[in-house]
Amino acid sequence: MHLAAPQPSQRRRRPAPSRALWLLITAFAALLVTALPASAAAEPACSPDPETACLIGTMRTAAGDPAVGVQLEVVGPDGSETVTTGDDGRWVLAVHTAGEYTVNLDVETLPAGETLRDPTVTSRTLTIELNSQAGALFALGEPTSSGDATAEPSSASPSDTSTDSDPTTETPSTSPGTNRVAQQFANGLVFGLLLALASVGLSLVYGTTGLSSFSHGEQVTLGAILAYVGVQLVGLPLWAAALAAIAIGGATGWLQNLGIWAPLRRRRVGLTQQMIVTIGLSMALQYLFQFFFGGGRLRIVTTSSSPVRIGPVVMSVQTLISAGIAIVVLAGVAMFLMYTRTGRATRAVSDNPALAAASGIGVESVIRTVWVGATALAALGGVLTGLYFQATTWNMGGTILLLMFAAVTLGGLGTAFGALAGSMVIGIVSEMASLVMPSDMRFAGALLILILVLLIRPQGILGRRDRIG
Amino acid sequence: MDWTRILTNVAGELFAPATAAYALAAIGLNVHFGMTGLINMGQAGFMLMGAYGFAIATMNGWPVWAAVLAGLIAAAIFAIILGIPTLQLRGDYLAIVTIAAAEIARYTVRSSSLTWLTGGNAGISGNDFKGSFQNLCPLPEGSWALGPFQYSNCLSNSWWLRIVGWSLVAIAVVLVWRWMKSPWGRVLKGIREDEDAVRSLGKNVYSYKMQALVLGGLFGALGGMIYVLPSAVQADALGRTLTFNVWTILLLGGAATVFGPVLGSLIMWAVLMLIKSVLRDMPWDVITSTQAEAFSWVLVGVTLMVLVIFRPQGILGDPKEVAIDGR
Amino acid sequence: MAASTLTRKEQIARDLAHVPHKPGSTKPDPIIVADHVTRRFGGMTAVDVHHLEIQRGAITALIGPNGAGKTTLFNLLTGFDRPNSGEWSFEGTPLSRMSAAKVARSGMVRTFQLTKALSRMTVLENMRLGATGQPGENMLTSLFPPAWKGREDDITEQALELLARFKLDTKKDDFAGSLSGGQRKLLEMARALMTNPTTVMLDEPMAGVNPALTQSLLGHIEGLRDEGMTVLFVEHDMHMVRHISDWVVVMAEGRVVAEGPPTTIMQDQAVVDAYLGAHHDTDLGDDSLLDDDVIDQLEEEAEAEEHSRAEDGE
Repeated sequence: MHLAAPQPSQRRRRPAPSRALWLLITAFAALLVTALPASAAAEPACSPDPETACLIGTMRTAAGDPAVGVQLEVVGPDGSETVTTGDDGRWVLAVHTAGEYTVNLDVETLPAGETLRDPTVTSRTLTIELNSQAGALFALGEPTSSGDATAEPSSASPSDTSTDSDPTTETPSTSPGTNRVAQQFANGLVFGLLLALASVGLSLVYGTTGLSSFSHGEQVTLGAILAYVGVQLVGLPLWAAALAAIAIGGATGWLQNLGIWAPLRRRRVGLTQQMIVTIGLSMALQYLFQFFFGGGRLRIVTTSSSPVRIGPVVMSVQTLISAGIAIVVLAGVAMFLMYTRTGRATRAVSDNPALAAASGIGVESVIRTVWVGATALAALGGVLTGLYFQATTWNMGGTILLLMFAAVTLGGLGTAFGALAGSMVIGIVSEMASLVMPSDMRFAGALLILILVLLIRPQGILGRRDRIG
Repeated sequence: MDWTRILTNVAGELFAPATAAYALAAIGLNVHFGMTGLINMGQAGFMLMGAYGFAIATMNGWPVWAAVLAGLIAAAIFAIILGIPTLQLRGDYLAIVTIAAAEIARYTVRSSSLTWLTGGNAGISGNDFKGSFQNLCPLPEGSWALGPFQYSNCLSNSWWLRIVGWSLVAIAVVLVWRWMKSPWGRVLKGIREDEDAVRSLGKNVYSYKMQALVLGGLFGALGGMIYVLPSAVQADALGRTLTFNVWTILLLGGAATVFGPVLGSLIMWAVLMLIKSVLRDMPWDVITSTQAEAFSWVLVGVTLMVLVIFRPQGILGDPKEVAIDGR
Repeated sequence: MAASTLTRKEQIARDLAHVPHKPGSTKPDPIIVADHVTRRFGGMTAVDVHHLEIQRGAITALIGPNGAGKTTLFNLLTGFDRPNSGEWSFEGTPLSRMSAAKVARSGMVRTFQLTKALSRMTVLENMRLGATGQPGENMLTSLFPPAWKGREDDITEQALELLARFKLDTKKDDFAGSLSGGQRKLLEMARALMTNPTTVMLDEPMAGVNPALTQSLLGHIEGLRDEGMTVLFVEHDMHMVRHISDWVVVMAEGRVVAEGPPTTIMQDQAVVDAYLGAHHDTDLGDDSLLDDDVIDQLEEEAEAEEHSRAEDGE
């Protein structure tokens, strides 16, 4: 992994910017800039979930008692809404669209004798994401010239839209069966299979090029979003949209390799450096998705699939079909790696690129195939995961990415079959974890396994020890 | 377009507490990466430890010094737990494990089962933990204006916080400068270049890497405290994006340089504010402010890619000396 | 100087005169004693050394064809690899399973086959890094220069002396990465000496070195012995070895197959057999092989090997 400043001879070649890739994504997405459907409805109570955000506040008098009956007008993307503080001085407004909201305080409705501590500030602006809550505070008391009233999170804070809230802490599209353990195990199997689609590709890329690609998660998101676009915006049937998503996903892999990774390899840019490039790419793509599709949930199909009971387990027909597709495709990938010439060449390159090159294998063409295959698999994984979680979001892939890394590391970096095994373990662990820990921490459980594995068997389940330093 | 206001916003960003917080986090990352060659992809996790440690300790009535210490200790423990399994492994393992550990920390503090302690998803409201820090403020009550910049003296996004934040940055810069020029820094630099060579000379590489990991994590934790003091503690604001921003800042300013992290932070936030302000002020209604925000993050990602490919030494680095090299 | 060299060399030759020429023979004053050391990679046994003693103060060469396990044994002895079984001691202290850093601190310092010059540090900084007893290498002490400046001056003086001896003093402010292959070898050796070792372990010190520097390198190695240090070095070619070594240990397929003085070792049937696999077209005992063409060729081979290894390391 040696990388110094580029050698003079390497410096001559500049990689062509991946203009083609950007064009593709931008052109595709530009067709579809649409306002998100949403309706803001005032509810007495509010708890944030992936479709809901809560604007909250508490008004207290200078003496610290609840200020009852204060009216506030909240102006947001979906119009305006007026709320009144309750007996406890609290007000709550549930909204279903992410964006910027302005909270205007009606000074006339303040309890008699009360004044704002900072009379000039009667309105607060908040930017809020779904699945989160934000408060607007107006402090009452003796007027001072200072601005004690604070908006939280402060609109000046750079963190506003850079939050990493998770869409996939959502329950999958199954209703619980009679036996919770069996149900969670079955869910884990399905999730593991879907995860495997993405992580096998990640593992192949790592095996052939040595690159830990952090942008692989966005390839998954891309698949899901393309399916959403195909079904909801273009009106294609699901199967056609999925095929289109896979084809476009694979094309982005081909273009990426052509425009970014191949030139970087030719320049002998170090692997760590390339890894940080993938991080930059990941961030750019993620926020590009947010730019075009917003922060909300995108449902690929709006109808829910009918449940089927198999022994103690209940699964939706859609989930069963997804699992079937995943099994068939993964078996196909395994056959490809075992029995085709290109597949064997791929494994040879993973084992020892120098030796493979010396024995006449076209390493670059193998890597090209791997990139196309890996991104196409990721797109398929994205479509199926999006269906499994009932919706996708701009950062779905980013959340799954770490589970993918966990799977790949667990199986042994760079071995495709290890990635498959690792994915199943991670899938089952993250679903079964909710039996013993709070369900919003189940991914933490899966990641913890990653760290424990590194502690005990750093080469992973199927990896070889000599792969480590 | 109101250029006076835009430029005022941009200039305000140059000494905002958040800019200082990012500079501190980037200084910490510089100790990890620039000085030692450790690929820490979980700097946000250290910031989270600092922020939550400080806030929770304060809520339980601890005085400021003890709360700060609690945040620092939380970050140090986090570093040690991370370092034990990974510092003996190859560089990309450290990258994956640090990012995973930072995410575990985030999942944990935002979990609804810990709402009683961490506030869960909603986090900890500012007024619950800012009091003791604000009470230390030696400035008179009220607010003060320096030209167009008017802030409260002591409360929230205040002059007091700016003074403390930038003083910490200054102290950190002096310390890092001292360390870089010292024999200790020389050993770290040797480890960055080739840890086996350093090991063969009888230095306990593992221990040095651990010291660097902890030290950088402590700066990160201080950054985390400054980061949340103007507003509130929220787990999702302390996630992956934050780490990637810190990386961009470090690589922009120049890894392994003393002033690189500070310069990177100043430039990044000023430029982002400029872009956001201009986009928001566009007379036609093309993009919403959320989109303007997203667009600015796209730019950060692209900047990171371009920097790493074309100018890995950043603005201040010496191309002969600085390189991105995995351990 | 010449007289003392002869004396020293002769004295060691006299000490070793009665040592039997067979694998695992006992030495009159061993500094390293190893027993039953094995190391397996997967199904392959890389090292299986029954018993080995290294004479104090002598230059011992560890030779053998490629893949004989020399470097693996070296890595084991210096703590850079862990054995599957076995014990060894250094100056009477058991060293097995001790960390590489502790081994180095106990006085046994090594160099590497692929030189590990710290490229983006200056030559002088490389040297200073080798020094021991610098209180400024403690994180907190380092913040108070008065606590370590004194030691730093001594270190710098020692470094400059060594650099002058290795003729690198004019390069002291250059980045180590800008040195030639041979100069890096010299720098690595000089840096190792900064630790004031009692034993120096050199892994293929001649690989990739410009022929012009080979003689001077050999001279430096003899110089170490004359200062009283023990030298153990790995070499895969016999011809570099015979002029300077006092004793030769031959390995093949992980085992020690022969031991003896350099003058007679190549007649040993086990050695001939061992080498026949690798260099069957070479007359092993012929001094004419040391001419420039051959050295150039060997150097090219070594460089090619180094290059391919460097690529593998990516």
